[in-house]
Amino acid sequence: MVSFNILVAVALLYVALLFGVAFYAERRAARGFGGWLYSPIVYTLSLSIYCTAWTFYGAVGYAARSGLEFVTIYLGPTLVVVGWWWVLRRLVRIGRTQRITSIADLISSRFGKSTQLGVIVTILAVVAATPYIALQLQSVTLSFAVFAEAGGAFWGEDELNGAAIAVAIGLATFTVLFGTRNLDANERHHGIVMAIAVEAVVKLLALLAVGIFVVWGVAGGPTQILQQIDASPIAHWDQNGARWISLIFVSGAAFICLPRMFQVLVVENVDERHLNIAGWAFPAYLMLMSLFVVPIAVVGLAILPAGANPDLFVLTVPLSEGQSGLAMFSFLGGFSSATSMVIVSTIALATMVSNHIVVPIWLNARAGAGAKMSGDVRSVILLSRRFSIAGVLALGYLYYRVSGGGTALAAIGLVSFSGAIQVLPSLIGGIFWRGATRVGAALGLITGFSVWSWTLFLPSIGTGAIISDAVMLYGPFGHSWLRPEALFGIAGIDPLVHGIMWSMILNAFLFFIGSVFSFPTPLERLQGAQFVNVFDYSAGSSNWRASAADAEDLLIMSQRIMGGTEAQGFFQREAAAQGKAGYLPDVTIEFVSLLERELAGSVGAATAHAMVGQLTEGSGVSVEDLIAVADEAAQILEYSNQLEAKSAEQERTARALRDANEKLTALSVQKDAFLSQISHELRTPMTSIRSFSEILRDGEMTADAQWRYAGIIHDETLRLTRLLDDLLDLSVLANGQVTLQDQSGDLRSLITRAVDVAGGEDSKLRVLRDPSAEAIVLRTDLDRLGQVFINLIANARKYCDAVTPTLSIKVRRVSGDYVIDFVDNGSGVQIKNQQVIFEKFSRVSDQSKAGGAGLGLAICREIMHRLGGEISYLPGQGGAAFRVVLPRAAILANR
Amino acid sequence: MTGPSKTSVFLARNAYHKRRMRDLARAVPLFGAVLLSFPLLWPRGEGGAANSGAVVYIFVVWIVLILAAAGISRAVKSDDPLRAQRDQS
Repeated sequence: MVSFNILVAVALLYVALLFGVAFYAERRAARGFGGWLYSPIVYTLSLSIYCTAWTFYGAVGYAARSGLEFVTIYLGPTLVVVGWWWVLRRLVRIGRTQRITSIADLISSRFGKSTQLGVIVTILAVVAATPYIALQLQSVTLSFAVFAEAGGAFWGEDELNGAAIAVAIGLATFTVLFGTRNLDANERHHGIVMAIAVEAVVKLLALLAVGIFVVWGVAGGPTQILQQIDASPIAHWDQNGARWISLIFVSGAAFICLPRMFQVLVVENVDERHLNIAGWAFPAYLMLMSLFVVPIAVVGLAILPAGANPDLFVLTVPLSEGQSGLAMFSFLGGFSSATSMVIVSTIALATMVSNHIVVPIWLNARAGAGAKMSGDVRSVILLSRRFSIAGVLALGYLYYRVSGGGTALAAIGLVSFSGAIQVLPSLIGGIFWRGATRVGAALGLITGFSVWSWTLFLPSIGTGAIISDAVMLYGPFGHSWLRPEALFGIAGIDPLVHGIMWSMILNAFLFFIGSVFSFPTPLERLQGAQFVNVFDYSAGSSNWRASAADAEDLLIMSQRIMGGTEAQGFFQREAAAQGKAGYLPDVTIEFVSLLERELAGSVGAATAHAMVGQLTEGSGVSVEDLIAVADEAAQILEYSNQLEAKSAEQERTARALRDANEKLTALSVQKDAFLSQISHELRTPMTSIRSFSEILRDGEMTADAQWRYAGIIHDETLRLTRLLDDLLDLSVLANGQVTLQDQSGDLRSLITRAVDVAGGEDSKLRVLRDPSAEAIVLRTDLDRLGQVFINLIANARKYCDAVTPTLSIKVRRVSGDYVIDFVDNGSGVQIKNQQVIFEKFSRVSDQSKAGGAGLGLAICREIMHRLGGEISYLPGQGGAAFRVVLPRAAILANR
Repeated sequence: MTGPSKTSVFLARNAYHKRRMRDLARAVPLFGAVLLSFPLLWPRGEGGAANSGAVVYIFVVWIVLILAAAGISRAVKSDDPLRAQRDQS
């Protein structure tokens, strides 16, 4: 049998070990050897403060009383953690980007850095957590008592109270030492996290050891233990569905909303990726913690006397079996569960109390001092935290004394949980819904808190303690619809389910209605956007306008909060980032925002905002600034749109340039072709003139031959002259140097003259005309127009290859214009050549037969162009067909 | 105010797979909630379902949830934006 003194000695040794671990971890972190301190395993183990003494001792008692219902307390968090992708990931990201220090800070920060909301959440948290801390003190005290009793001494109230106060003082010392060592910018406590990780291992191993002993040592194996369950008082499934679902919901929500859970889950998180491991490792931890609860409960019920407290089975079963070593280990497990919870809980609550209550009051008291405020803020904050820690523990102790420590552990735990989750609507609404406002959050929180106090918290203190029996039965002042266990006259619901249901429904409803019907301040809207869209832009936008604050004042203030070295380091870094030497950066909007966030890591968003606000003379964000921010975004968008348009335009220009280049290249090729063509055309007659003139010069020939050769030379000269005339004509026309004569006349006689000229002596070509249609008086350059007609008729004569060549000249009106079609009955022009016949030197048929240089149609086109008309090839007429469109201005009358 | 989104609508096979894994990660707690509600359909009290069976059922569901979460956490691991940033720098 372990003597009580040995137990105390072991407990003290264990505490010394924890001190050592915490100290070692702090030292390592301070020296920058984080290493395994930042591993996901440590993170997962630190989450295990969810399993308090309530789990360690209470779960077995719960199972002994109500069967499997205890498991809901662990299934809720399992679902939340397994679904970390929904809420936890978002919370952790927000916590890291916004430097959130506590759940009150999160709510306050989200709703426009509101001090009032911070106060409400802090009070709610303290009220909800106090019974829970009392519960831990009670469990440690009771476990001491168990050993004292086993050692033969019966503990009275005095001894229990003495033990409780000793434990409370010991815990306060540890927490103050490691929890307020420094005003960390990130509010992280490596020493404490490491210590609770060690405690997590101890409590898991202890519970597993007791469980293994009970299953294999006492019952004789898994099969036997299942049989023993069937034979026990809790053999049958008897679960109230409403409680089952409510408790899974409450425990899942509490896992997020409990201040201590928020502390380890979000504030102490060093790396978002740890969630990935914790997402399955923490449920596994919970599962192992719950695995042997039912076996221990049924074995305890079977082997211990009927009156034994089932909450202490974890200790009393090994003791009754004579396993004092195992009982000692189990005691350490319970001790670990209680202490780790109390330590983290008090740190979280103390941070909230000091940041949201003490410092704002202190600042208010000195509001007049402004930038010249004196005194060391840093020491004030640290001091207020230390006092808060002591205060929270004192409250817990007080509650323990007042409540008498009699109630079943599980009942207190659930009341505490359902109080903590009153933050849930504002929290979830705040991180998923931009429309949530401060008014809505305050309404919801106050309503939820009131309903919870009335239906669950006050009755839990004890029947008749605060709420009298009469009120419980008939309602306050006879208003029966306000009875704490039957609001609105709906009786018969399980009291716990009743309280949770009404508080959550009214809370969420008023939160929603209040948000919908109120208008948020600019800062609220800014924060709301940053919280809800945290994955879109983690950098965050600025909350300040360009301000008149002096960098030196800001430095003085920061030194008081962050400490000299840290503040100077921060200012120096920022100055360097701005490209300045020294300690004083320019007070830009970005810098002030950054500084505020840095300070928020120490004193919370609301306080940091207020303190910076004092120096910058309240030049906080306004609606205009919000609009400016929106404008900036719009401008960026506009700019990118402009860029896009520009690049499209450039593409168009490039395409046009490419086309122009192609055209130029083609023109240059054409020019070359023209030159070579023209030299060829000139050279052919020149060659024959030269050779025949050489023959003539050499003499010795008949007169007949001489005459013939001179004739050839003459012909070639004529051809050359004609070519040169044509060229000259064309160039004059193309350059627009031609002077058109103003003549008037009759179309019929013009065509007749052209037919006479072009037909020449060779009358093989038959010309068909319709003289009545030709009765049009023209006023234009008739010589030029006649030239075109002559050319067309001459072409028909030259190229028409029909046996009896016929040319019909038809004058008609086509869509308001007078056109003259010259259609012959030859084989026409091939389609591929139709495109080029109007080009210079284009000759489609055999060259010798043509006897021209191929300039005729090109000249025609130029002439028609000059006259304001048109000439084109008319396909599909059975032969070669040209259409001349007379210029409109030329028509004088149609007789 | 926002213009047309610049992110592409269709993803390569790898990224598509990761997105579906995230959907799965979101679905696991819902499946868990459904599975853990089944016991409410069992007969209650004397002559009802045995608690020994209930213990086995609940712990089997629990272990399945843990294994599912572990499997999915490997699949979604590599697309953490913070990690991507750090890997770049």
